[in-house]
Amino acid sequence: MNTTLVLGAIVFWLAAWGLNIWLSKQKQTRFIRVIVPVIFGITLLVVWELLVRGLNIKAVLLPPPSMIGAKFVDSLPILWADFQQTFIKGALSGYFIGCGAAFLTAIAIDRSPFLQKGLLPVGNFVAALPIIGMAPILVMWLGFGWQSKAAVVVIMVFFPMLVNTVQGLQAADHMQKDLMRTYAASYWQSLLKLRLPAAAPFIFNGLKISTTLALIGAIVAEFFGSPIVGMGFRISTEVGRLSLDMVWAEIAVAAMAGSAFYGVVSLLERAATFWHPSQRG
Amino acid sequence: MSSEVVIKAEHLSLTFETNDGPVHALQDVNLEIKRGEFVSFIGPSGCGKTTFLRVMADLEQPTGGSICVNGMTPAEARKARAYGYVFQAAGLYPWRTIGGNIRLPLEIMGIPKAEQAERVAKVLKLVHLEGFEKKFPWQLSGGMQQRASIARALAFDADLLLMDEPFGALDEIVRDHLNEQLLELWAETNKTICFVTHSIPEAVYLSTKIVVMSPRPGRVTDVIESTLPRERPLDIRETQEFLDIAHRVREGLRAGHGDE
Repeated sequence: MNTTLVLGAIVFWLAAWGLNIWLSKQKQTRFIRVIVPVIFGITLLVVWELLVRGLNIKAVLLPPPSMIGAKFVDSLPILWADFQQTFIKGALSGYFIGCGAAFLTAIAIDRSPFLQKGLLPVGNFVAALPIIGMAPILVMWLGFGWQSKAAVVVIMVFFPMLVNTVQGLQAADHMQKDLMRTYAASYWQSLLKLRLPAAAPFIFNGLKISTTLALIGAIVAEFFGSPIVGMGFRISTEVGRLSLDMVWAEIAVAAMAGSAFYGVVSLLERAATFWHPSQRG
Repeated sequence: MSSEVVIKAEHLSLTFETNDGPVHALQDVNLEIKRGEFVSFIGPSGCGKTTFLRVMADLEQPTGGSICVNGMTPAEARKARAYGYVFQAAGLYPWRTIGGNIRLPLEIMGIPKAEQAERVAKVLKLVHLEGFEKKFPWQLSGGMQQRASIARALAFDADLLLMDEPFGALDEIVRDHLNEQLLELWAETNKTICFVTHSIPEAVYLSTKIVVMSPRPGRVTDVIESTLPRERPLDIRETQEFLDIAHRVREGLRAGHGDE
């Protein structure tokens, strides 16, 4: 054990803690709001680095961040190929197909009480299917390519998106609907000018939940068979080869891609539902 | 002022079937409203005044009797966009600006863009909201929101204005002010206005005709033709004539309660 490094970790942690407390007591400028979580993140990495080195933890158990960083930079072409395969082809296409289909289904369900009684329970059933069980079957049906991954994603995002949209379409209140009736508005006018805008906060909720589900679905599905590229494929094979630094590098890519994806959808949400009390603040 | 009949209800009744048995929201209501009248419906809650307004607007279906709006059934009148309806709350769509909200009925009715802008400007002026066109509803006070909702009902220039306790949620001072403006507006546009309220001074101050209603079953107990002049300053409310009419309304309300 290297006492200096361990003590260094403790000192750094205490110093950063103190700094953040001091910062959060200052006037809350935009800069401070950004810098506080950044300091927290840096501290986490530094303490991780120092403890792993100071306590001589084996790289197989937990590699230090510097090692992961080095591996990340070395393997950029591989990571990029994996990212394209899993995120762009698998997760994104599944996300668009799944959310789009759920949205259209929600509108159909909303129009027809028959579908409401018939389709929602089916949706519930699909949502209850364990993804781990479904993924190998879909790989069998659709092959090792990204299509089977997209299919898994479709199944994962479909239900949350459907439920949120159906609920959103009921969000317009009685008075707002009565108003449309007094104008003798058609179904489509009322849908476009009242019910869809009123449903937007719910729809974006579904879209945001689906971003994380899409990434999880695309990665996990690759564990059950894939070409020799993809984030899930890389994670499962590199674990087998005990090169945990590569696994962590993939996890870093997944974390960044997932956060960026969520962030983009949140920005769209803010633009579309600026009027909602939760966004006005 | 012509004496053309705009609303004619004969033996109108409406019964809601509920789990606790039938509720007679309206029973044997007979009423005639002429063009250009300002009619108030007053009574305690549950007397069917709002229900009657909603029947006129084809938002509720009567279970007996008949009602004509502009010589048509309420459904035909609704499809002909014969009336503007002002609800208890402003009910503006928060994702649209004030101008956008007022434009909403015009868009639905397919009125050309250039004319839309013209009409929006005109009604904003009528309710004294010039300069607020680009604001969002939640940036305005409750009174201003309610004025915007009146502007929205005026935008497509229907002859008939149905108002369901539009100022009920506002404080006395704002309410006085809006009452005054409403009379001004009525004088300028010469519309027929049906106005639901539970405030006696408001009903007497605004109306040419006051319909007193009583609950369980909801029915009309008295129809008072106001003798006040059409031109009404706020201080008319201190005259003997005003107090006499208010007294008669109060008597009517009390008589309605006595039957219970």
